Amino acid sequence: MESASLTWVLISSALVLFMTPGLAFFYGGMDRGRNVLNMLMMNFYCVLIIPVLWMVLGYTLAQGGDGNWIGNFDWLLLKDIGVMEDGGGQIATIAFLGMFAAITPALISGAVADRMKFSAWAIFVPVWSLLVYVPVFKWIYGGWLGDRGSLDFAGGTAIHVNAGIAALAAVLVLGKRKGWPTEGHPPHSMPLVMIGTGILWFGWFGFNAGSALAANGQAAQAFMNTFLAAAAAGLAWVATEWLRDGKPTNLGAASGIVAGLVAITPAAGYVSGVAPIIIGLIAGVVCCYAVRLKSKAGYDDALDVVGVHFVGGLVGSLLIGFFANPEFFDGAFEEGIFYGGDAGLLLEQAIANGAAIVWSFVVTFAIFLAIKKTIGVRVDPQDEADGLDYALHAESAYH
Amino acid sequence: MKLITAIVKPFKLDDVKDALQASGVQGITVSEVRGFGRQGGHSETYRGAEYKIDFVPKVRLELVVDDSSVDSVVAAIKAAANTGKIGDGKIWVTDVARIVRIRTGEEGPDAI
Repeated sequence: MESASLTWVLISSALVLFMTPGLAFFYGGMDRGRNVLNMLMMNFYCVLIIPVLWMVLGYTLAQGGDGNWIGNFDWLLLKDIGVMEDGGGQIATIAFLGMFAAITPALISGAVADRMKFSAWAIFVPVWSLLVYVPVFKWIYGGWLGDRGSLDFAGGTAIHVNAGIAALAAVLVLGKRKGWPTEGHPPHSMPLVMIGTGILWFGWFGFNAGSALAANGQAAQAFMNTFLAAAAAGLAWVATEWLRDGKPTNLGAASGIVAGLVAITPAAGYVSGVAPIIIGLIAGVVCCYAVRLKSKAGYDDALDVVGVHFVGGLVGSLLIGFFANPEFFDGAFEEGIFYGGDAGLLLEQAIANGAAIVWSFVVTFAIFLAIKKTIGVRVDPQDEADGLDYALHAESAYH
Repeated sequence: MKLITAIVKPFKLDDVKDALQASGVQGITVSEVRGFGRQGGHSETYRGAEYKIDFVPKVRLELVVDDSSVDSVVAAIKAAANTGKIGDGKIWVTDVARIVRIRTGEEGPDAI
């Protein structure tokens, strides 16, 4: 890897790492004051366990060899990977991808908020990472789904759809929070949510533009797309709720920004011009309505991981089928419908997401069920009532 | 000696404090409290879902005064905290049996 690109990948890696605390604040602020530290700990735990797991086993199973379904053990403990032959390019890439591996299970924490045993979470995260994240990642980046021609620039399917549908499976096994939906759980600290949103947006430039794995034009366009889609989606969400509910809210702006970032993630290196704005606007409106599904359908996705990450990721991924523009990038991928292509790419996007959804839902459900039958997934009802910060961590956020 | 307790809107605290200082009051104790009266609570909307907030933030002031200044202090609080809208709060007056200044040991009106 030449030095400009190496520099950009290393900076991007640090930016992506910063997203996990950003996500923790985004979720933590929405949570109740007596559970905020548990939420932060669930997120920070992911940046403790996953880097170690990624080095030992995750990376080799996600990227080793030519297999369609799963990697091999050639790079177990990163053996035989040096920094002299390629100037550190592979090591930088492994670090970069490790950050993605860390934040993906963290996304699920928002759904299970307020009621999950930390011991169950501690087991769930590495098991889920190996059984769900790693295979789906391999299918898309170097396996059968990628080979078929589906596109996922920075992890719309591999990360957001994957974690979003896993969140649904998780809450179906875990059950509803005590008192939901009759008892209200408004955010305990909106300023914390807004700080988290700012950190996420900042870090997401590394997430998306870094995924070019080079300091080049595609990275520049991915950066621009990340900028525009988040703004457009925030605008769309706020406008929708202003018309519908009467007031523009901070949480609406924050949720819209995140929905736009999620939606542009799969498309960031494949679309150009006005496309990111359109993708953002659509994601903002669709997700603003999607977060209402949970009360209608009766699943308690506490902080709307399904409504924002699953739905936003799916919207962005499918819209690639319309907006992919290989001519702009001089790229070897199919055109979207609006750029002279047929429905072939859209079909591949649907297949890729369908495969990820089925695998992630079924395996996550099974993992959760197995943990439930053994050590249990749910905290003691008294601990749930008293608050998880003190019950599980012997700490309090506010004195 | 009387204890005057007042519940007022938080944003009126500075006005009330200024009015009390102008009327010669030397000390006030303030606490942040939550509650509802006839005003009831209010509702907030997050991601399109409405939440009823039953207890709204208020400020409670407590001060002990000599019998002779009760009427002027109550009048000062009433004038300064009034907005004319529901939720302005209440003032009540109770008898104080004994009061001691900790530093000097003074008791009664001297300790106020």
